[in-house]
Amino acid sequence: MTRWVMIADLRRCVGCQTCTAACKHTNATPPEVQWRRVLDMEVGEYPAVKRVFVPVGCMHCADPPCMHVCPSTATRRRADGIVTIDYDLCIGCGYCAVACPYQARYKTDKASFAYGDTPMENEAAMFDPKRLGVATKCTFCSDRVDAGLARGLKPGVDPEATPACVNSCIAGALHFGDKEDPQSNVSKLLDENEHFRMHEELGTDPGFYYLWDKTVKEGYERGGGGK
Amino acid sequence: MSYGPRPWIQLHWDARAALNFILGGTGSGFILFAAFVPLSPHQSQAALLIGLALVAAGLTAVWIETGRKLRAVHVFFNPMTSWMTRESFVALALFASGTATLWTGAPQLAVLTAAIAVGFIYCQGRILRASKGIPAWREPTITWLIFWTAVAEGAGLFLIFSALAGVPVPTPVGGGLVLAVVARGVAWSAYRRRVEADLVPKARTALELAGKQLYQLGAIVPLALLVTGGALSSFATGAAVLAGIAALGAGWRFKFVLVMRAAYNQGFALPHVPVRGGRK
Repeated sequence: MTRWVMIADLRRCVGCQTCTAACKHTNATPPEVQWRRVLDMEVGEYPAVKRVFVPVGCMHCADPPCMHVCPSTATRRRADGIVTIDYDLCIGCGYCAVACPYQARYKTDKASFAYGDTPMENEAAMFDPKRLGVATKCTFCSDRVDAGLARGLKPGVDPEATPACVNSCIAGALHFGDKEDPQSNVSKLLDENEHFRMHEELGTDPGFYYLWDKTVKEGYERGGGGK
Repeated sequence: MSYGPRPWIQLHWDARAALNFILGGTGSGFILFAAFVPLSPHQSQAALLIGLALVAAGLTAVWIETGRKLRAVHVFFNPMTSWMTRESFVALALFASGTATLWTGAPQLAVLTAAIAVGFIYCQGRILRASKGIPAWREPTITWLIFWTAVAEGAGLFLIFSALAGVPVPTPVGGGLVLAVVARGVAWSAYRRRVEADLVPKARTALELAGKQLYQLGAIVPLALLVTGGALSSFATGAAVLAGIAALGAGWRFKFVLVMRAAYNQGFALPHVPVRGGRK
């Protein structure tokens, strides 16, 4: 079995939003839509305040509430863990959007472009009227993943089979791979680092992990030097 | 503490969705009372028609909100897990049974229609409960709060209907209203106790005010009016109408606030802060 997951290393993310731009360019999402965005968060109490950049988007949950509530079966979960939306089935009721605890879903009723009424070249090329009036969200670039796999490439390793946001990350903060493969890049990262998932208490089993520290090894203390 | 984008109010469901909960609940509650209160055949038919029309109006309002209206039939595709699909199927059954009741006038069918109306209210409660992204909705006790609110609204509307139809306040409706407003108050209390900690201050404030009105305007005022009407027979009809309006209005306001003012999302939170810097 395969489960595609994404990892964001919070120690590395610099909040440059290149992933956001890459996603928008690849998927030609409208101006008000960001399938991949990076939150700018302040954490802690003065004077011990830290600034943290947190990439968010669809978490491709193993138990996605959006799929359960969807009345049209437009939202489905593939065997490899990617949660998809069938634009031909979706009725645009918005139920999935209120069921998603990650605010990852969007619905736009009218076409809009970055610079007014005239679409840019990529927007014109990628414009899909099927996306109007229905729910949309991050696809984990499933078309790139599928096309890459068909060519024998390895998603997360070979850029042509890897989501655009991961490819574009200037800091090496974003990673993509198969969590079920113990030798994969993401499995190693999860093994070597402390990690968490957003709102785990809700039981959705998200497929998006955040690294925040190295796994504590014997003889070391977290967050500082060795003993 | 994390300060990023704070939870914000959901914008995916607006007043049209709220109308479905308001009109659908009131219509279903009204149908429930119409089945058990002795009325003339003509009055029974009128009552059932009003109830069905309210449910239909609510569903129409939410249909107008959908992005792809011509695909409305797709709403029936997921009865396995979606409470919206189940609500749609129950609505179909409600209209079929209601039409048969209107056609035949059979009291057994009226009871069946009332049972289906109860199912419709239950589905509405479960629709909110399944909305995991909205803390004010996903609390399990919301189901019973929505249920008893709908019953109280139905009883309130029936009191108004009785007055307009020139029928003395039927005892089952008066008793039903008392039961429903008390149960609604208890359900609100249980819901509030459990949900309070999960809400952002603005959502809590909005719900507190609407909940207070459920007690004061929606329970104490109608009960006082019914008692007064019982003591002063000349005021009985007026008291019943006012009690009905109070019970109905408090419920409508609460649902409006629940969908439009208290529906803040979860926001984002970091259970751990990144540890930066090298190690020796």
